[in-house]
Amino acid sequence: MLMKRLKYNFKEQTNAAPLAIFRLFFGLMMFASIIRFWANGWIEKLYLVPKFHFSYFGFSWIKPIGNYTYLLFIICGASALFVAIGYKYRIAIITFFLSFLYIELMDKTTYLNHYYFISIVSFLLLFLPANAYFSLDAVVRKKQYQQIPKWTIDSIKLMLVIIYLTAGLVKINTDWLFRAMPLKIWLPSKYDLPFIGENLMQQNWFHFAMSWSGMLYDLVIPFLLLYKRTRFVAFLFVVFFHVFTRVLFPIGMFPFIMIVSALIFFDAGLHNKIINFIKKYVLKSKSTLLLAPNFYFPKLQRKVILSLFTVFFAIQLLLPWRSLLYPGELFWTEEGYRFSWRVMLMEKAGSTNFKIINVASGTYFSVNNTDFLTPFQEKQMSYQPDFILEYAHFLGDHFTKQGHKNVGVFATSYVALNGRLSTRFVDEKVDLYQEKVSFKHKKWILPFQSEIKIKGI
Amino acid sequence: MFRRFLVLFVSIITMYACSSSEETTPIITDSFDRNAMLINIADNIIITAYDDFSAKMIALKTAGETFTAASNQTNLEALRTSWFDAYKTWQHVEMFDIGKAEELQFKFYMNIYPVTVTDIEENIANGSYDLNSVNNQDAQGFPAIDYLLHGLADTDVAILEKYSTAENNDNYRNYITTVLNQMNRLTLSVVSDFKAQRNSFVTNTGNTATSAVNKLINDYIFYYEKGLRANKFGIPAGIFSPTTLPEKVEGRYKNDVSKELALEALIAVQNLFEGKHYKATTTGVSFKDYLITLNRTDIATSISNQFNIASTQVQTLENSFATQINTNNTEMTRSYDELQKAVVLLKVDMLQAFNISVDYVDADGD
Repeated sequence: MLMKRLKYNFKEQTNAAPLAIFRLFFGLMMFASIIRFWANGWIEKLYLVPKFHFSYFGFSWIKPIGNYTYLLFIICGASALFVAIGYKYRIAIITFFLSFLYIELMDKTTYLNHYYFISIVSFLLLFLPANAYFSLDAVVRKKQYQQIPKWTIDSIKLMLVIIYLTAGLVKINTDWLFRAMPLKIWLPSKYDLPFIGENLMQQNWFHFAMSWSGMLYDLVIPFLLLYKRTRFVAFLFVVFFHVFTRVLFPIGMFPFIMIVSALIFFDAGLHNKIINFIKKYVLKSKSTLLLAPNFYFPKLQRKVILSLFTVFFAIQLLLPWRSLLYPGELFWTEEGYRFSWRVMLMEKAGSTNFKIINVASGTYFSVNNTDFLTPFQEKQMSYQPDFILEYAHFLGDHFTKQGHKNVGVFATSYVALNGRLSTRFVDEKVDLYQEKVSFKHKKWILPFQSEIKIKGI
Repeated sequence: MFRRFLVLFVSIITMYACSSSEETTPIITDSFDRNAMLINIADNIIITAYDDFSAKMIALKTAGETFTAASNQTNLEALRTSWFDAYKTWQHVEMFDIGKAEELQFKFYMNIYPVTVTDIEENIANGSYDLNSVNNQDAQGFPAIDYLLHGLADTDVAILEKYSTAENNDNYRNYITTVLNQMNRLTLSVVSDFKAQRNSFVTNTGNTATSAVNKLINDYIFYYEKGLRANKFGIPAGIFSPTTLPEKVEGRYKNDVSKELALEALIAVQNLFEGKHYKATTTGVSFKDYLITLNRTDIATSISNQFNIASTQVQTLENSFATQINTNNTEMTRSYDELQKAVVLLKVDMLQAFNISVDYVDADGD
């Protein structure tokens, strides 16, 4: 009995509408995000103005491409639109995935968990039959499939469940639960919100309530969404939670993306109604297409995709916990912090300045960071060790090229974390120019010294 | 089911639309009264300093007129005294890079140093120049007057000759007049504009990139880091260059005033932090109180202490920073280091506690 329940039936077919709607909304959201990014002037500000770009380890060959960067965004936006309408879907989603990934890899200064989310969801979409139903492709081939393999839709659900659960688990730490940090810093500063800014946002109990409910929300919501009887209420929570965070924090399109993503948990009835609604009021079309009952993958393709997904999800399950392999306080060293759904857990800021020392003669001068970095880059660099090291190497190369001899790069760095006073962050005696960039533990990060330790997951 | 979703959708949009309305700016009073803080800063610090500075500028202009009418030793001395008086008061004004001051680039027309001597001399030789041009920002203001009163020649007699008997002595006199008029005109414009805007300034208490509190604090920290720490100490002490640059000190031609000007600036910075009224002993609501209200007394006292430590260290220096740099630069860099420690406290700890929206970083967060 139990085995039967645990056994997953990969042969099961299900209605194609939820995936079609997911494709449509995901494409539209991505299109809107690209437009918004451009309209805010961020392409120029984040990718064209900086003289130096922070790269992901191993991806330093991916850089903004001058004014062609705009073209890249046009390609990305256009392909998102093609994904939405489901025209030439496979080419469109491949183009979207690659162009979006390229944009993200250009500079890690802009890393956000939700960009990572978009990257991996579009990776999944590469392999899913999202154009089987209610797509322009279906119109072109005059045939649409009503049923698709159930595991295709379930793979997206699984991804969302992993994200929510991981995000919930990592909130179980003393800073989040017992000091209500960093919400205790962030919420009171929203004093200018109408109605709630001057009272609710200032209350100590409210900060704790938000922390605890945030943790519980992440841990419980996947189950409430999976279970049919609680689904609608769960969705209300999803909407409330994400809209509320959108009001409080500058998190762009992400809440809306999460809200429409959560629709995938609903039964096809809802999605078919949405499709009918769109047909009736937006497309105003009555044409019906020849319905083919079932979409099946060719056997070999199915096998390849399923094994690929197995590996993919294994990575997704393990990657967030790689931080356990590193010594020291994760929030302090940030070794294994990215790509782990640790969202809004830290209020961290720093001040990091560099000295270029002639290690033979001992003469030195300090670097003015604004000569090389934008304020945004400087802010990010100041408290993230991998940024500090990469920048130190850039400085070393730069000044060596300028003709300086025996260049050594030393950093004076102070970092403050979650309402603790700033303390020294980097060992000032270490020549960072001689430290190799790698995934190994960075011994030059001084240990987390605060008496208020962080305990938990 | 679908209908419920439609209703839900509409209500989200409404809820969202209502929450992001930014047009109305009610005065906000939570546990901390930002309005009271802005009133204290505007009325007791900015406006009183502005008034004093305006008066000193008028006195300076008058002294200039007296000097150009009769270029003798007595009038030269008087003009020099007026210049220094006004320059010291300027140290209380430079950090307010808000409103008209920001729009006109007030500080760039008043205090870019070192001046480019060739620009000044060419302007004088040509007899025609546009001081409103950005290219002439390094040929006017206090540093230009410094050069004209102290740097034209080695002796006072030789300096006075430039204004009385030298070839184009009228051009020299005109240049002083034009520079002083320009400084006065800009000052009047900035001061009257701030007074006119005072009410909207003190009620602009939101937490957005353009609100008064945020701009004031951002500008304050920027001034402390750049205008005070780097310009007055770091750059001449050779912190950012392989060699020392003693010619880049403030007031280099008068030479023995760089310490006094720097200390005055440090006092101004500390006074704003602690809400101390201009030229008075009373204090009002301040950034420091704000920190204390947020339960961050640790940061508040650290900052005050660090200002005191820095000030004590600066007081040990020579009156002329140029002399100090040439004789014992270690003490100069030590001062820089103490000032730098306060940068960390202001920029990292204080900004984090206030959770200020920083004006230059508007990308999305997580």
